[in-house]
Amino acid sequence: MIEIEGISKRYGETTVVRDVSLTIAPRTVTVIVGTSGSGKTTLLRIINRLVEPTSGTIKLDGEDNRSLPDYELRRRIGYAIQGHGLFPHRTVAQNIATVPTLLGWDRARIEAKVNELLTLFQLDPVAFGPRYPHELSGGQQQRVGVARALAAEPKVLLMDEPFGALDPIIRAKAQDDLLAIQKHFETTIVLVTHDMEEAFHLADRIAVMDKGEVVQYATPAEMLVKPATVFVESLIGAGERPFRLLAIDTVADAVEPGVAEGEAIASSASQREALSMLLWSGRKALPVVGPDGAVIGKVSLDGLAQRAAGPT
Amino acid sequence: MLRLPTLFRLLAFAVLIAFLVQPQWFEPLLRPLVQENAPAIYNQGSLLQLTLLHLRTVAIATAGATVVALALAILVTRRSGAEFLPLSRSLVNIGQTFPPVAVLALAVPIFGFGEKPTLIALFLYGLLPIFENALTGLTTLPPSIMEAARGTGMTGRQRLMKIELPLAMPVILAGIRLSVVISLATATIGSTVAARTLGEVIIAGLQSNNLAFVVQGGLIVAVLAVLIHDALQAAERSLGSRMGR
Amino acid sequence: MQLRVDKLGVIIAALAAYGALLAPFATFRANRIVAGEARSISEALPPAWAAIILFLIITTAGIAILKTPSRLRLGTAFAMIAALALGIGAAAAHLTPPENTYARVSPASGFWILLFALGLLAADALTRLRPSPLVRVLFLSAVLGFIAAVLTSGTWDGLSLLKEYASRADTFWAEAGKHLMLALGSLAAATAVGIPLGVLCHRVARLRDGLLGVLNAIQTIPSIALFGILIAPLGWIAIHVPGAAAIGIRGIGTAPAFVALFLYSLLPVVANTVVGLAGVPREANDAARGIGMTDFQRLIGIEFPLAFPVILTGIRIVLVQNIGLATIAALIGGGGFGVFVFQGVGQTAMDLVLLGAVPTVLLAFTAAIVLDALIETVTPNRNRVQSA
Ligand SMILES: Nc1ncnc2c1ncn2[C@@H]1O[C@H](COP(=O)(O)OP(=O)(O)O)[C@@H](O)[C@H]1O
Ligand SMILES: [Mg+2]
Repeated sequence: MIEIEGISKRYGETTVVRDVSLTIAPRTVTVIVGTSGSGKTTLLRIINRLVEPTSGTIKLDGEDNRSLPDYELRRRIGYAIQGHGLFPHRTVAQNIATVPTLLGWDRARIEAKVNELLTLFQLDPVAFGPRYPHELSGGQQQRVGVARALAAEPKVLLMDEPFGALDPIIRAKAQDDLLAIQKHFETTIVLVTHDMEEAFHLADRIAVMDKGEVVQYATPAEMLVKPATVFVESLIGAGERPFRLLAIDTVADAVEPGVAEGEAIASSASQREALSMLLWSGRKALPVVGPDGAVIGKVSLDGLAQRAAGPT
Repeated sequence: MLRLPTLFRLLAFAVLIAFLVQPQWFEPLLRPLVQENAPAIYNQGSLLQLTLLHLRTVAIATAGATVVALALAILVTRRSGAEFLPLSRSLVNIGQTFPPVAVLALAVPIFGFGEKPTLIALFLYGLLPIFENALTGLTTLPPSIMEAARGTGMTGRQRLMKIELPLAMPVILAGIRLSVVISLATATIGSTVAARTLGEVIIAGLQSNNLAFVVQGGLIVAVLAVLIHDALQAAERSLGSRMGR
Repeated sequence: MQLRVDKLGVIIAALAAYGALLAPFATFRANRIVAGEARSISEALPPAWAAIILFLIITTAGIAILKTPSRLRLGTAFAMIAALALGIGAAAAHLTPPENTYARVSPASGFWILLFALGLLAADALTRLRPSPLVRVLFLSAVLGFIAAVLTSGTWDGLSLLKEYASRADTFWAEAGKHLMLALGSLAAATAVGIPLGVLCHRVARLRDGLLGVLNAIQTIPSIALFGILIAPLGWIAIHVPGAAAIGIRGIGTAPAFVALFLYSLLPVVANTVVGLAGVPREANDAARGIGMTDFQRLIGIEFPLAFPVILTGIRIVLVQNIGLATIAALIGGGGFGVFVFQGVGQTAMDLVLLGAVPTVLLAFTAAIVLDALIETVTPNRNRVQSA
């Protein structure tokens, strides 16, 4: 649980973050979006005290984040940034071991953790552990950056545009991996991005920032249905709204009784994927198969159309 | 695998050692440079001993300069010393316009003759390139790496020891290399104030009009300088390539 | 206004306090040979003078310690330096007994420490003010003008340094001429040869590595040795080439020094020409080719102007380096300010060393300021020039 209460940050005359209050539930993904310069990074850095706020408090599990020295706080909070910030003079294994080493873990435990994380991120520990960062591809560097942030098993992980430097295909994969790992470690993630697609894909809740203020803090569905301001609406993109709405829920939620012809779709796919398949194959309905491969019903064009419709 | 340039250097090193230990072997080579009865090999002391003294003087001065320059550079790149950063840059620029000879000559009336003024002059002059490079190295670290270091929860001292100094090391080494090469040459001038360096050989040659002395003194210093320069450069390269520079 | 403390100012004030109160201001010697006796400010100066100087030092220290505007700090530093300059002259007049021509008065450690502290104050203020190139050169002219005025006014005539000068006035200017000729002449020769060589190296890659390697190797030969080694070939030329001796080429003296300085100068000029030309943007060259410029037109019209700041940086390195190295020429009878430096070292006569060293340092300093200003003026958008 992260409680952000009345946080403001001023640099001289300009207010960069203005009276922000948010409560972030444990084990969720919260995404902060907004245009460039709206104060997202600053707000994120206030959480692990890389920036000291002008006013306001932040509590982590009920404890003020100023109750211990800043460096000790940061060892408990994972932090991953765009361009990964890997230490070029240390091997991949040493990079990942940074915080455990600072915390004084014993060697065997560190090694086990490094191996676990590398395996989890689909990097062979024997092949990649001893390499230097410049010997990795961009996507691999980024994964090592996230692995380093997770090494000391932090309950909270802060990420500042972590996928900003990746190409679209690798980015999509990295996002899926992140969600899987979040489930695995039950980490609370606060992620900054300016990419709305990414926000809707990852977020349990989205906070939209504009000129230093949080103008809306809501679930993706609420935000689509009821954007708080014109700014939020334009950020979402009016033309994208029905598709974003469908992208949030899975086919399982839209299953109707009945049968349909042709190729089936998995119940775990998103409704947007179902719509896409319906339109492309020119059918009115698709059969839906459950996790065990058995047909559990159908999903129809009409049904999806109703779900994608905004409030009237 | 041994590449040709490396082979040349090893050869030069071997010849240098041979010359220092058994200079008579090279007598026929130097003989044409002198008049009839004049000695072709320096005969007023041991070349080996002078070389070692020369190297010792340079080593002491450079070691002192490295410690002080590095400490100063660290000081002015911390937040508490930031006020001094612009001034220290200016002072380095000003300092480097001072001719080394002037520094040496001015040290004599203060510190007397011999080793001392030479050491002081080499130390003072050697400070500048090391300090300048250490400043460059410590102030041009990639911001994303410094950010990550803070983000992982390193203390100021840990960041300095584990991130900043290792990353700046190739640039700092380049400064030390520059300083050593300047000092090797400047130390010879120390012999005009009675410091025991290879300059003795050269000055003896100038005084007795013995070209062979001048050549052997000069060449020993030049070969030392080239070998030390290249060795340090190789060290920088291997450090740098590991970091993917 | 809130009073806040300047960290550097505290150091400057501490230095100034030590220099003014604890260290001797001037040294008095009954004649040139005997050991000196230290004199504090109050002993060295008439009471009124001493009071004024001490008062000014206290004021300066106060201005230094508090956070004050840079202009005020700069003005104070220069005013105080001027006061010190006049004060040391007054000390000489005060300490020398009337009609005594043997007594020697020279600045002592306290004076130098004060000067250093004030230099720091001025340098810091100047660093903060970042004056434009023109203003910097004007400052330099003002300082040199002040020094010239004090020298000609006779204020310093009682100082030991000037007495050394007085007994050598003729040689001093002759050596100054030789020093300048060595430093500037070898620079001119190196520029005339080095720039074409640099262009050639830029065009012919194989030549570049070889030539730069040789020039690098020359730089590692210690200066006294190179000066000495050149005695032989030039001696041979003087004897065997008809007319060579007549134009001043001799085995010892100015000729080997000139050639040595020339050889040392080549590396920075050639290397910076190569670096400058290599730094010319590819698009500029392509555009020039595209509009049909010949290679020569491109060199003169495009490459050269763009590479000029870098080449000029090489020339600055050479000039400052040559002014210093020219002192070594004295060891092989080549003249220059080194004559006084090495004579002074031989006699442990600080004043004589200073008579050679101070003009050398002033010259190097002037050259550095003027050329830095020039480089900044010709460099587009104020980017600092990278030297080779
Ligand atoms: N250290 C600082 N000093 C002054 N202004 C700053 C500083 N850091 C950030 N800012 C300003 O704060 C604003 C918000 O920055 P940031 O939080 O990085 O925005 P975002 O991450 O949303 O792009 C920007 O206008 C930026 O210029
Ligand atoms: Mg940002």
